Amino acid sequence: MNASVLAIVGLAAMVLGFRFYSKFIADKVYRLDPKFETPAHTMRDNVDFIPTNRFVLWGHHFTAVAGAAPIVGPGIAIIWGWAPAFAWVILGTIFFSGVHDFGAIWASVRNKAQSVGSFTGEVVSPRSRTLFMTVIFLVLLMVNAVFAVIMARELMGTPSSVIPVWSAIVVAIIIGTLIYKMGVGILWPTVVGTIVLYAMIFLGEQVPISVPNEFMGLAPGAQWILILFAYAAIASMLPVWLLLQPRDYINGIQLFIGLGLLFGAVFMANPTIVAPAWNSDVPTNAPPIVPLLFVTIACGAISGFHGLVGSGTTAKQLDKEPDARFVGYLGSLGEGSLALVTIIAVSAGFASLGEWKEMYSSFGDGGLTAFVHGGATILSSGFGLPFAFSETLLTVMAVLFAGTTMDASVRLQRYIVQEWGTIYKIPVLTNGYIATLIAVTACLILAFGAGGADGTGGMLIWPLFGTSNQLLAGLTLLVISVMLVKLGRPSVYTLVPMVFVTLMAFLAALHQLWQLYSTGQFMLVGIDVLIIIAAVMIMLEGSSALMRARRAQPSDPAALGQ
Amino acid sequence: MGEPGPWRAVADWLRTARELLTEFYVSPYRGAVARARRDQDDLFMLLAYSDLMGVPNPATYYTLELQPILLERFHEWHTRMGIPHSPLDGLKCC
Repeated sequence: MNASVLAIVGLAAMVLGFRFYSKFIADKVYRLDPKFETPAHTMRDNVDFIPTNRFVLWGHHFTAVAGAAPIVGPGIAIIWGWAPAFAWVILGTIFFSGVHDFGAIWASVRNKAQSVGSFTGEVVSPRSRTLFMTVIFLVLLMVNAVFAVIMARELMGTPSSVIPVWSAIVVAIIIGTLIYKMGVGILWPTVVGTIVLYAMIFLGEQVPISVPNEFMGLAPGAQWILILFAYAAIASMLPVWLLLQPRDYINGIQLFIGLGLLFGAVFMANPTIVAPAWNSDVPTNAPPIVPLLFVTIACGAISGFHGLVGSGTTAKQLDKEPDARFVGYLGSLGEGSLALVTIIAVSAGFASLGEWKEMYSSFGDGGLTAFVHGGATILSSGFGLPFAFSETLLTVMAVLFAGTTMDASVRLQRYIVQEWGTIYKIPVLTNGYIATLIAVTACLILAFGAGGADGTGGMLIWPLFGTSNQLLAGLTLLVISVMLVKLGRPSVYTLVPMVFVTLMAFLAALHQLWQLYSTGQFMLVGIDVLIIIAAVMIMLEGSSALMRARRAQPSDPAALGQ
Repeated sequence: MGEPGPWRAVADWLRTARELLTEFYVSPYRGAVARARRDQDDLFMLLAYSDLMGVPNPATYYTLELQPILLERFHEWHTRMGIPHSPLDGLKCC
């Protein structure tokens, strides 16, 4: 089968999903009202609350949710064959992720643009708010540990990417300074910055950099992980305008360029898919496809992380309520399309089935490495770019995505630690440096605890990360469903995805518990037990909240801002 | 911007691109940057008024001429710092 057929079928399904399913949800379920005054108007302060162009908001939602995770997940899950991964990404994006992201924005707009975590306490129960915070902390902890491991792997595997990856930080700082301190307009820094970034890829090709094979008893993987966390700690303490903001911006530009290049190359080269549709010969260590497929691909099909983005910042800037469909649903389709092109890269970017099997000889293999290899093969045959250059280009793109996520989530973790310091009256925790140190140390313990002394075995955390991410999505869908039941609206379109993802996350956590216990990964067993407890509590909280809402129906619409 | 013909179209296009890119750059961090700026301003207020509150600070001599401007923000500042009424006898803003 040709890869472009897969691309066309996938993209067409997503377009139809937006055209028909999201319209149905907007009209019959969320019942978006063009006359409803959004918090961006009612609470306008021109800082947090400000009506913003929907294309700009869509760009943010899209670039904030599409990062390294929708590349790594499908890059691993292809081990079961391309058909299940493709079906889950497409159906998940249309029926789960779109409804979830769109719903999170709608629910937040109807609750004074508070974040989902904040209004869960009012809509469901105060206990579920605590649950929310715990799951968020777990997700952040795992995302940092696992992304550090992934970045270390890529920097070791592609030494030519070291210079462009680190020079992106310098480029970001220069752009930030030019714009904020010197008042330069955005256009030229963007154009010159992007050109410099791509020029650095050529330089990286000429001057590949590797860390020593051993330094103070540390293996290269461990050295990179320590360097990355030291960087993340410093970066998260710097003012946002200096690094995080321009870095995020450059990443957004990179994402659009990268997606355009990849899809363009797929249509130009039209490679043949070499991976099997259903892999009947999976490696012995591969877990069962159900439930593990549904947590291995979290971002790209449905991910709780999106709810945090949608309800935190997007809802405060939504100009009109109907824009929620465009921003939330179409934003998640953007991420789905990145997952789709990854599936194509890791199934059609290999010369033969034998080469593909070599890459996927064990569960957890592939991921970014397979994406970079497969994507580079397609890029070089589609546009005639040199293979090594394409490889460096994709490595840089993926590592920059992971790096920016890490910057932002170390910062978020620091805020949570500082908040604990305030709540539990431990003044030392409120200190920014101490809180960052605690956040980074926790991540390091997890990365090395799970990955061994060289830190490279840390991919074990990936399915656990997916599991906690799915639980977060389940919680958000629960909150939306409770709101819908209270309003006497059809709730089946959010309840079915909620039950499905929570159940799959629960089953996956149970399966992993046994596997982790039998391989002696006791620290991860502890985290897994926490996830299982959270999943059970979500199911209990969910059913009791829904029963309460049903009994109280029909509610006073005014209570929900109707 | 008054060029006729195709240059006008290019200029218009560039302006739209600039506006959208600026919004794309600024809007996600507008709140965070404003808060960071407010924190810095708060520190500056503390330095400017520390002498009046009994903390010796040679900078006061130099910031004295800023008082009329800072005074406008004084009430907002002390309430944000958790002091409901003006801490300075000479400055009764509330």
